[in-house]
Amino acid sequence: MNSRIGYIAFNTFREAVRDRVLYNLIAFALLLSGAAILVGEISIDIERLVVVNLGLTAVSLFGVVIAIFIGIGLVSKEIDKRTLYTVLSRPVRRWEFVVGKFFGLTGTLVVNTFLMAIGVFLALLYVAHKFEKMDGWVLVALYFIVLQFLIVCALALFFSSFSTPLMSAVFTFALFVIGSLAEDLRGFARMTHGLGGWLATTIAYLVPNFSALNVISQVAHGDAVPGRLILYNSLYTVLYSAMAIAGAVLIFQRRNLK
Amino acid sequence: MLLFSMAGVMATLYVIDHIRRGSVAQEALYVRSSKTLRRLSLGYSGLLADIYWTRAVQYFGEQHHAGSSDFRLLAPLLEVTTELDPRLLPAYQFGANFLAPKPPGGAGLPGAALALMKYGIAHNPDQWRLYYNLGFLYYTELKDYAGAADAFAQGAKLPVTNPFMPILAARMAQHAGEFETARMLWFTTYQSTRDSTIQQNAVEHLLALQVDEDVTRLEQVVERYREQTGRLPTSMGDLELAGFIHGTPADPKGRPYKLMPDGRIEVQNPESIFFITKGLPPGAAPPQPPRKTQADSK
Amino acid sequence: MAAIEILDLEKSYPVGFWRKRTKLALRPLRLTIEEGEVFGFLGPNGAGKTTTLKLLMGLVFPTAGTARILGADMDDPWVKSQIGFLPEQPYFYDHLSARELLNYYGQLSGMPAKGRSARVEQMLARVGLSDSAGVQLRKFSKGMLQRVGLAQAILHDPKLVFLDEPMSGLDPMGRREVRDLIQQLRHEGKTVFFSTHILSDAEALCDRVGVIHQGELRGVGAIAELTSGTQGKVEIIFYAPSVPAGLTSLGAEARVSGDMVNAVLPEEQQDAALEVLRRERLKLISLTPVRSSLEEYYIQKLRPTEARDKESRKGAGV
Repeated sequence: MNSRIGYIAFNTFREAVRDRVLYNLIAFALLLSGAAILVGEISIDIERLVVVNLGLTAVSLFGVVIAIFIGIGLVSKEIDKRTLYTVLSRPVRRWEFVVGKFFGLTGTLVVNTFLMAIGVFLALLYVAHKFEKMDGWVLVALYFIVLQFLIVCALALFFSSFSTPLMSAVFTFALFVIGSLAEDLRGFARMTHGLGGWLATTIAYLVPNFSALNVISQVAHGDAVPGRLILYNSLYTVLYSAMAIAGAVLIFQRRNLK
Repeated sequence: MLLFSMAGVMATLYVIDHIRRGSVAQEALYVRSSKTLRRLSLGYSGLLADIYWTRAVQYFGEQHHAGSSDFRLLAPLLEVTTELDPRLLPAYQFGANFLAPKPPGGAGLPGAALALMKYGIAHNPDQWRLYYNLGFLYYTELKDYAGAADAFAQGAKLPVTNPFMPILAARMAQHAGEFETARMLWFTTYQSTRDSTIQQNAVEHLLALQVDEDVTRLEQVVERYREQTGRLPTSMGDLELAGFIHGTPADPKGRPYKLMPDGRIEVQNPESIFFITKGLPPGAAPPQPPRKTQADSK
Repeated sequence: MAAIEILDLEKSYPVGFWRKRTKLALRPLRLTIEEGEVFGFLGPNGAGKTTTLKLLMGLVFPTAGTARILGADMDDPWVKSQIGFLPEQPYFYDHLSARELLNYYGQLSGMPAKGRSARVEQMLARVGLSDSAGVQLRKFSKGMLQRVGLAQAILHDPKLVFLDEPMSGLDPMGRREVRDLIQQLRHEGKTVFFSTHILSDAEALCDRVGVIHQGELRGVGAIAELTSGTQGKVEIIFYAPSVPAGLTSLGAEARVSGDMVNAVLPEEQQDAALEVLRRERLKLISLTPVRSSLEEYYIQKLRPTEARDKESRKGAGV
């Protein structure tokens, strides 16, 4: 349907890679290797647990930071530096630009996560000396982390469509933190009444539900993840991202570029 | 310039660590609500639990290393750890072994240890080791043999369990005070863990049991000799001649037991065998070990 | 057909802390550019040249009015495939090479893959960047970036090319090359709309010019006409120690340099002036009509009239 979106996505990916985003993998590899080697010294019987906890937490946090900074850098920087002028003077619609950026950004993160996943499984192999059936759930946890990235990227793009780079980063990060507490927020909202309760409920339901996307502790203990959760989380992510991207497009369509 | 500042950084860091020693663990005291900490961890509580667990183990080791008998932070640290990850089983085992015993062997908080075990069981009802730890606590520190029997029995009912559990349960009922029971218990502890600190502790208790048992039996022999001959033996040789013993009885470290003039048996160098309650000079307390942790023993 | 028809295009911004006042960046602009012509949009910095271009490119949205480009509404996406744009002081993706950038832009412009890379090489050669085609853009100098900008503007062979200050930042050699390029484009039958504040370039290249100042179009005229006429003045140069009194009374502006006098006066006074010279027995060196220049036209259009002044003050206070 739209080759332009594809071209923009690919170009975004290329830019991110040449901007040396993948170097974060070196830091990640060092961290994980160090942990894998040291973990046996400190915690007998729970090597696997620690490697999974540390590995997945690192994948998640590194990724969120990259998503925020690259995401915002890509859009805000383009507007700031006016690279956008020559792009938009071509038959590229503004919404295509936003969507293309989104796919390019998420594509970068998927590749990054994939490479990190290899690292995690290698570390797991090193400490446990073999794979067990329960390690399969680690893949599900990784999938959820990717879903998390989709939402973060969408939010980063949303804020970049109207805000300065710094504020966009702050807002996105703030929503990440709040979203990780989403379940608690909803519990709190249920207990409050009146105007406060109404307000809390609205916020609690609008905030991105990152808490449900974090199953790290579960899979670290080898627990299964229910299939229904996988299905509904995927659906939620698609819908939420679509919502944020739609918002970004709406705002960007009418924006006067300086 | 670069090298100089690098060296300076290392040196000052060393000093800062020294100053801050223990304060990292101290933070555990400030976290009055572990639930809040759990929330604050934003879903990464698993990793945070692992970090607190590491702190707990290091804290314990540091205190021992420093020759201190103050382990007041161990309980909060273990509590935070298990609140963050109720399924971190090694924490419960550590708590069972080192929270209850009196200093300097442990933190001297049997109540906290008990609470921790019950918390653990509540969250991991299918883990036999937790029932074992609970029974162990009742037996060793609280001398509550009924409670111990109950715990072992519950653990024995689980689909996955240790073959000793039903045996221990049975022995609690009738032979709680016997050496054989205690030996079985410490042996099970030794065999069911890979934590070398706990293993070493178990070994020392087994040795002590051996000594206690030896001394008890020898003193019984002395008593029988007195009944038979009407007087106390003057040396081990007397006992041997009378046919009550063969050879010279020695303690697990290979040193012969001493026969005291009043008929008691004593151990040579009692301070070298820990936890013994018999064979000590009158009024002496059971010797305690200075301890090294896993990390130090590498 | 008119290449560009600008119909009362207007742009104002809310300014001030509470965003209550409006600043009129572009007053309702009415302008038509014919196909095939080279049109120069002249004005000082901040006059509204870039605003006009941004409006036409769809980078900002008008508060009123519209425009038709090549017969279609300016919002029609089809338009974008027929035009090329070089913004002022262009900036591109740092980490791409010139070749990669042009290829990317070619993709976005919908150029079929088949002839695309050949065309890219062609464009690179045309702007003199063949040697640096593989170098990353972040290493490019300002002049080189300008050339890349030109290349991407004409890459897809558009009918209409918009250039914002195309000579800015170029050395004389570069400027010459850009001039040649614009001549070539004109030769190829393309329409070129460019903005500048360098009058000599406009004079050399344009068919027509428009002068804009403070958001308002002050005048439009054909170069040929504007520079052909005289101003109705004559310049007389003659030997004399000082300015003769007779000439001053005729309303001459005179200057003495050495033993020569240079006087400018209305052409009606020409004969009377010559009479003065003959009377005083002064030796004539030359007598030439003063040609009007673009500069004159420009400065004249820039000068505010009283009516305009009042109006602009009113507008700012709204």
